[in-house]
Amino acid sequence: MADKSQAQERPVFRNIHVTQIARYRLPPAGFVSILHRVSGALMFLLLPFVIWLFDVSLTSEISYERFTSTFVAGIGWLPGWLMKLVALALIWAYLHHLIAGVRHLWMDMTHSVSLELGRVSAWVTLASSAVLTLALAVKLFF
Amino acid sequence: MTQKSFGSKRLVVGAHYGFRDWLAQRVTAALMTLFTLLLVVQVLFGAKLGYERWAAIFSAQWMKALTFVVIVALLLHVWIGMRDIWMDYIKPIGVKLVLQVCTLCWVVGCAGWAVQVLWRL
Repeated sequence: MADKSQAQERPVFRNIHVTQIARYRLPPAGFVSILHRVSGALMFLLLPFVIWLFDVSLTSEISYERFTSTFVAGIGWLPGWLMKLVALALIWAYLHHLIAGVRHLWMDMTHSVSLELGRVSAWVTLASSAVLTLALAVKLFF
Repeated sequence: MTQKSFGSKRLVVGAHYGFRDWLAQRVTAALMTLFTLLLVVQVLFGAKLGYERWAAIFSAQWMKALTFVVIVALLLHVWIGMRDIWMDYIKPIGVKLVLQVCTLCWVVGCAGWAVQVLWRL
């Protein structure tokens, strides 16, 4: 039984433990899936910051100044570049979450679920959110 | 599938089926995507963006109403998504309940604040 001995050499994962994550090789669709969760959780945690930005940008002309200075002078002891990085993290999270969500909707509507299409659309999701984030990073920092 | 699954034979147990939440997650997502596109179009096309124009975008009554609908959609979407995360990763039922209640408070509080900002304008 040559097949059996070959199969036994492969690592087996049942309930994946946190310590096994680094050794566990995910397909691209698996990365899209877990990053969908990570980006969602990140936006959930930073929701008060987003609404604070919404607040200061809209309330008055004076508070709008505070909104723009957040990303130049910073707020409190947090420097402006750090606030820009936080904003960039949110931008990536939003873009990835949105594109991965559209991928979901498209698969639900067309039932175009095949291994190959899943793989390609996963790469498209990862790449397009990364490229758009990079483009906005250039706009944000330069 | 000729087996009867409605009337007296309908399924009456389970975690309230899940379909309703599954559908709500998709409908709210579609709504928020359309709102995003609408906002991006309004920001990109027009005069130079400053306080005047930014505030004018949200001052229009139809935009206020639409933004309100999107805030409620976001509230629902975030609740379903975070609840799924807690359900998948947190096993002790007490901890799960506490986290779910905290999530609800967090999201409802945020939504209230956003509505306040919107209607002060």
